[in-house]
Amino acid sequence: MSGRLAILAAVLVLSALAYMVLKAQGPWSFLLPYRATKLAALILVGVALSVATVMFQTVTANRILTPSLMGFDALYVLVLTLLVHSLGASGYAQIGAAWLFAGNLAAMSVLGLVLFAGLMRLAGGDMVRLVLCGIVLGLLIRALTEFLQRMIDPSEFQMVQSLSFARFTQIDGTLLALSFVAIAVALVLAWRLRHRMDVLALGDAAATGLGEPPARLQRQALILICVLVAAATALVGPLASGGFGPSSFFGLIVTAFAHIVTPSHRHAVLIPSAALIGAVILVGGQLVMERLLGFQTPLTVVIELIGGAVFLILLIKRRAA
Amino acid sequence: MRLFGLGLLALMAICSLFLGVADVAPGDVFRDAEARALIWESRLPRTLAAMLAGAGLAITGQIMQLLARNRFVEPMTAGAGQSAALGILVITLLVPGAPIWAKMVASSGAALVSSLGLMALIRPLPPTQPLLVPLVALVYGGVIGAVVTFVAYQGDMMQFLGVWLTGELSGVLRGRYELLWIAAIASAATFLIADRLTLLSLGEDTARTLGVNVGRITAAAIVAVSVVTALVVVTLGAIPFVGLVVPNLVVRMAGDNLRRALPLTALAGALIVLVADMLGRWIRAPYEVPVATTISVIGALIFLVLIRRGAARV
Amino acid sequence: MIEIEALHHSIGKAPILNGVDLVIPEGGMTALIGPNGAGKSTLLSLVARLRKIQSGHIRVAGHAVGQVSDQDLARVLAVMPQETRVSARLRVADLVSFGRYPWHRGRPGKADHAIVDRALERFSLDPLRERFLDEISGGQKQRAFAALAYAQDTPYLLLDEPLNNLDIAAARDLMRLMRELADEEGRTIVIVLHDINYAAAFADRLVVMKDGRIAAQGTPGDVITDTMIGEVFGTQAGVRMVDGRPVVIV
Repeated sequence: MSGRLAILAAVLVLSALAYMVLKAQGPWSFLLPYRATKLAALILVGVALSVATVMFQTVTANRILTPSLMGFDALYVLVLTLLVHSLGASGYAQIGAAWLFAGNLAAMSVLGLVLFAGLMRLAGGDMVRLVLCGIVLGLLIRALTEFLQRMIDPSEFQMVQSLSFARFTQIDGTLLALSFVAIAVALVLAWRLRHRMDVLALGDAAATGLGEPPARLQRQALILICVLVAAATALVGPLASGGFGPSSFFGLIVTAFAHIVTPSHRHAVLIPSAALIGAVILVGGQLVMERLLGFQTPLTVVIELIGGAVFLILLIKRRAA
Repeated sequence: MRLFGLGLLALMAICSLFLGVADVAPGDVFRDAEARALIWESRLPRTLAAMLAGAGLAITGQIMQLLARNRFVEPMTAGAGQSAALGILVITLLVPGAPIWAKMVASSGAALVSSLGLMALIRPLPPTQPLLVPLVALVYGGVIGAVVTFVAYQGDMMQFLGVWLTGELSGVLRGRYELLWIAAIASAATFLIADRLTLLSLGEDTARTLGVNVGRITAAAIVAVSVVTALVVVTLGAIPFVGLVVPNLVVRMAGDNLRRALPLTALAGALIVLVADMLGRWIRAPYEVPVATTISVIGALIFLVLIRRGAARV
Repeated sequence: MIEIEALHHSIGKAPILNGVDLVIPEGGMTALIGPNGAGKSTLLSLVARLRKIQSGHIRVAGHAVGQVSDQDLARVLAVMPQETRVSARLRVADLVSFGRYPWHRGRPGKADHAIVDRALERFSLDPLRERFLDEISGGQKQRAFAALAYAQDTPYLLLDEPLNNLDIAAARDLMRLMRELADEEGRTIVIVLHDINYAAAFADRLVVMKDGRIAAQGTPGDVITDTMIGEVFGTQAGVRMVDGRPVVIV
């Protein structure tokens, strides 16, 4: 397995290098720092969302639902909207970026836990019901977010828009640093949970029997998931591509690949493998879209397209199995 | 029940005429020519559009649920709505000055193809897992939605996308909604095959032994569903969940006999979209919340309740 | 010794256990039997802290369940739950090696590997060790979970209806293995069974439950009588003695 992880790491390094130097237009002194910032953001987001998805799938005991599918990234925008609305656009601008970021993460973690508890009650242990409820919950959060955005002042709305719909093209330095810190801390904590997550994957009863009762571990994992998703979303905006369909399947593609490339139940393998694959997909995908094809379309749209297809295949294959 | 519903709808429709940014009191209609013009040009078309779209969407939902033999699907979120938008998008890109009827045909055709695709996709799913169907349908719709977004980006049409994907009534004026009457006719036409559709719900073999031409009836039903969905998308934009929520509520009262259920479905659909639009006009006046947004919130909530309840029953 | 005192439990509004007082002595095999809904599995899952105790006390080898840490209890008591659905795609050997988790917390040593190997051998899983759980039969999977509990190497072993979905050969094999564990390794085995004849044939002691209470307890010969079957199970089935063990004629 470590050999395969090393290959993945090598692929990531190569695509990062290619991303930095290919199709240079303009002076290097400008290009290198500009591209490095974007590259850092891409890798951070890829790693954060992938690790969050791996943990989420273990916690929910399924292989297809992802935090983004059930609207965790939309939840971030919802929290943001509420914050901007309650503070007012000018009040929001006055508070320091770090405090706002921390407030967002905290609020989102609380809401995430509530949502998760609700989802588990709705699902009642049935996998298909879990996934369907997750997706509909995601639709509800998105609709609610949009509804609230229509309710607030147009100037506040603009503020939320500019805060939440940044793309990989424009990355704020402070935000990058804050996200980096949050993601790094969450990753370290997630890594420390790796053995316990292995046990959790055996099912609730078996895990309890082995001295690892799921409730507390699930809560810890969920808070980390919320922080990872929130930090990633803060950096680049929600991966939703608009419309009322399910949002991004990014995490789904990543974990599906991770299970193929490094087939293991151990989180000590799955977590780094998914993290690397996630970063490769984002960096490599952006490279292909932006440099080689010259597409206008954001990468997320293509990911959604492919991911949706993967999702359908997984569903229908599972039925056949 | 029906009389009560009709009365309520009429009352709401009248209220809708007098709800809006410009204050118009009922008395003004007789005194003020300008008020009359406002109602005639804007409020009345808007009210009619809401009711026609609502009735049509609710009926398409009921028919699709019957064809899919599953209570949790509706065309607007299951690919037909997204495909209709794709149809308009593609024709607008290929033939920039295409007339409205061409857009209508293109979007109906696209909706039809995608509905047939969905049917092929869900047909082999096991009936023991009823929730698999809506799951596949939602994701199928999402994938087509991603195609729409992709094409729109490449064709530099992103700013128009919202118009088709988020149904809104604020732009409805006289002369801009009349296509919906065709949708109304298509919906009404399903009454003619209501009995045969009900038989179809007993199973294809049973229907066949009872003398129903299964292929033709199914085709007619899918065409009707596609046309209504496409026309709503062309004139107002997509309005999700109406087709899902309304039939589920109506079935509890009227049962599965379509001839009995369809009028009630149409009535309830008209009512729900009209009320949602009025809510959207009133809640943040003078701004408006699109009807699709309001209905998404309510619809998703009811959807969750339905899933939970349906599962409790099974 | 497992001591249970004044245990009450309800699920939703339905009372499941209505004041259970029970002492299960150390060593040997104790079987919990009773009609459906008597509360056997609930009782077992409370002892195994798969459910939270609502009122009453349970002590396993002196440790108060609910107060002692989960990790410590996992070294005293292993449980094979009724529901054995695993979302991860695991090989048999991987599953069984999780039995060592309470001892090494993620960093297995040589001794751990040796115990896992012994468990695989003892439960005849060696030929299956590299197979995935979704590739083996229900009986083999059941055996793998029993081996997992065995590898946990605890003085107490709890099994909740382990014979479900097993054919007669697999069921007898599993019961014989459990018998061996009790006899040769001196483990205390508590097992929920719905088939009285399996209980009578293999267990040292029976605890009969009805309506959330203990209806009778003792050796199979003492407990299984025509009257008990009639009163507890509500059916008239004759009891014969075969080789000194009671057998219910169905």
